[in-house]
Amino acid sequence: MDAVTLARVQFGTTIVYHYLFVPLTLGLGLLIAIMETLYVWSGNNMYKRMTLFWGKLFLINFTLGVITGIVQEFQFGMNWSTYSRFVGDVFGSPLAIEALAAFFLESTFLGIWLFGWEQLRKGVHLAAIWLVVLGSYLSAFWILIANAFMQEPVGYTIHHGRAEMTNFFALLANPTLWVEFPHVVAAGIVTGAFFVIGISAYHLLKKQKDQELFQRAMKIGLVAALLGSIAVIYVGDLQAKHLVQSQPMKLAAAEALWNSENPASLSLFSIPDQQHHTNTVDISVPYALSFLAHDSFYGKVQGINQLEAQYEKLYGPGNYTPNVTIAFWTFRLMVGAGMTMALLALVGLFFLTRKQLEQRRWFLWVLVLSIAFPYLANTCGWVLTEMGRQPWLVFGLLTTADGVSPSVSPGMILFTLLLFILLYGVLAVVDATLLFKYARQDVESAESKLNADEQDEELSVTF
Amino acid sequence: MNLQILWFVIIAVLFTGFFVLEGFDFGIGILLPFLGKNDSERRMIFNSIGPFWDGNEVWLITTGGAIFAAFPTLYAALFSSFYLEMFAILVALVLRGAAFEFRSQRESPRWRSFWDWMMFVGSLLPGFFWGVIISNLLRGIPIDANMNYAGGIWNPLNLHALLYGILFVLVFTMHGAVFLDLRVTGVLGERARSVAQRLSFLALLMTVLFLIWSFFVSPAIHHYFVSPQIAPLSFLSLATIIAVPVLVAKRQSGWAFAMTSLTIVLTAAAIGLGLFPRMILSSLNPAWSLTIDNTSSSPYTLTVMSWLALTLLPFVLAFEGWSYWVFHKRLDPRTRGHY
Repeated sequence: MDAVTLARVQFGTTIVYHYLFVPLTLGLGLLIAIMETLYVWSGNNMYKRMTLFWGKLFLINFTLGVITGIVQEFQFGMNWSTYSRFVGDVFGSPLAIEALAAFFLESTFLGIWLFGWEQLRKGVHLAAIWLVVLGSYLSAFWILIANAFMQEPVGYTIHHGRAEMTNFFALLANPTLWVEFPHVVAAGIVTGAFFVIGISAYHLLKKQKDQELFQRAMKIGLVAALLGSIAVIYVGDLQAKHLVQSQPMKLAAAEALWNSENPASLSLFSIPDQQHHTNTVDISVPYALSFLAHDSFYGKVQGINQLEAQYEKLYGPGNYTPNVTIAFWTFRLMVGAGMTMALLALVGLFFLTRKQLEQRRWFLWVLVLSIAFPYLANTCGWVLTEMGRQPWLVFGLLTTADGVSPSVSPGMILFTLLLFILLYGVLAVVDATLLFKYARQDVESAESKLNADEQDEELSVTF
Repeated sequence: MNLQILWFVIIAVLFTGFFVLEGFDFGIGILLPFLGKNDSERRMIFNSIGPFWDGNEVWLITTGGAIFAAFPTLYAALFSSFYLEMFAILVALVLRGAAFEFRSQRESPRWRSFWDWMMFVGSLLPGFFWGVIISNLLRGIPIDANMNYAGGIWNPLNLHALLYGILFVLVFTMHGAVFLDLRVTGVLGERARSVAQRLSFLALLMTVLFLIWSFFVSPAIHHYFVSPQIAPLSFLSLATIIAVPVLVAKRQSGWAFAMTSLTIVLTAAAIGLGLFPRMILSSLNPAWSLTIDNTSSSPYTLTVMSWLALTLLPFVLAFEGWSYWVFHKRLDPRTRGHY
């Protein structure tokens, strides 16, 4: 394999892995802050125990997010030095500000929150977790400014053979950012919500101690899941509409729409044939794609062949079509998982208000398994976003093939790739084992650290 | 003030902050298996930096981000030239972070001992490889006319670099021992003190020998010893190491820590001044060196970044400083900690 392919595989695997941890940090952090707020507000110790129980799981997840994040930052310079040089004048700034404005806040106050249960007054301690949450959302905001520039370059000029920033505020106002950011945040909240829902469902099924605690956690989770899902779907629709203008090729690929149509039909199931530019199987709903793209049953949606011809005129000969099968199916899986989650949250709340939730054991089991849905949707969403942009690294400005480091050999990338896979694989197993262990444990075990003083002899074995 | 110079200074400050703060973190991780005689002591060692380590690591992330934003061409060259070194640093930081989080999650002594050693390795390698990288920056690496690295993968691992890496590890370990003394009471504190003393003698001896040797083998670094602007910094940093064992013996832990911090600050200042305005020397042709001028971002970007950085940095320093104040009490074996 050549350096470009290997560097892409390395970035792809490490970023997908990194992004397993990020959305849970976003969502679960917020829910924990809400739990602690309820504790401070009501003085009810149950909410403190709830906070500690999920806090422990949050932390195991958070640390892996942090350490895999550094790998991503270094990788731009290591494997993509031509890209870094070309785009750094614009792209470096949001990364630097992310660290300065978000990571310091997040990491410092997480340390304070973790170790400060006794040193700090309740209100200050509560403020610490909210600042952690603020930090994580700021971090998402700044990194998405960088990503939005790759999707839709704004506020720059080409000068000295590189992209130079001309308007910082244009980066902040990038239309792609304002559909990506809310989508990512809402998806994070749904991820956190289903994590809480699934684990609470497990404890309600096992009928162990603290039934009330898990009932209330379930309620918090279901409400967050429903609100989050509605936001994800609403913003997702805006995002697709924005693609019509900003990256029509990505939309055409995600719909496996080879030729322009008016009115355009929405494909439900198809097997795209990239070589012959056609779909071997195609089941579609007439008018639906026009409606999705334009809010009207009539309206032209551009197809891959027409766009390809336009791009060849604009950018010169080349292949400007991304992998259609991947774009099509990741889009279907993401949307399918998203719709399923909205439905589950709705049904769950329905059962809850009728006080039937705990009797419907089959449904609780469904909720336990549904922890996986947000992960599927998050991963597919990013694969679609990034692979659907191909062959571009920065849309219209730099192709992926032109972005790699000239001084790094394929062998070196392969070597580091294999070691990353090995390392990440081992960590995934350890992480999953620990999450399972603590998710199934009762609340006391998570709480015990606070009582360690009274149980000196246990101190050495508790943690 | 020229913004390129301002950003050179900001990056030097960020690097220094990283080496001072992560320096003692690394040192403590290196000392962990040797100073912690039982599980309770090892937990104390982890908890001594428990609330801080993640925030300290952000200094590195910020340094990387700042280089990317202000000197993108340097960023591209630095990370792709020292490919294996950067990779080793990444692996080490991943192992180290995992060790913090995983270590105390199971009671099995084998499990804990495994992660203790991962903490050791994860703390040893970054300091070592930063030493290797900086030695190469000082002496120059093969950078071609297109600002790309033209050397072999093993080039950076020359004798000078390896010894400089060891020196970095030694200084960080000393720094960590002094910090640990500042953070804990009892026998563990005593042990940290005696290790700090022994390490400071060793660090002094090694540094002097290394400097003499490299003076003779490497003309590229002569100005660190003879330039009237830089040499005083180099010699003052030696003097601070001499002060460490004296202050430790007098139980002036705070002052001893100030000295080891100064050792790092002065060394970083000397390195920065010695390089300025260059950042990576090209060993092929001095004209191909990467400087603040030929690697920097546009004036517009530097202006925006200056406003943002100078606004945000005081807040960062304030709340990070506050977190050290919140947890300023020394730990004893009964103190609860997360790890």
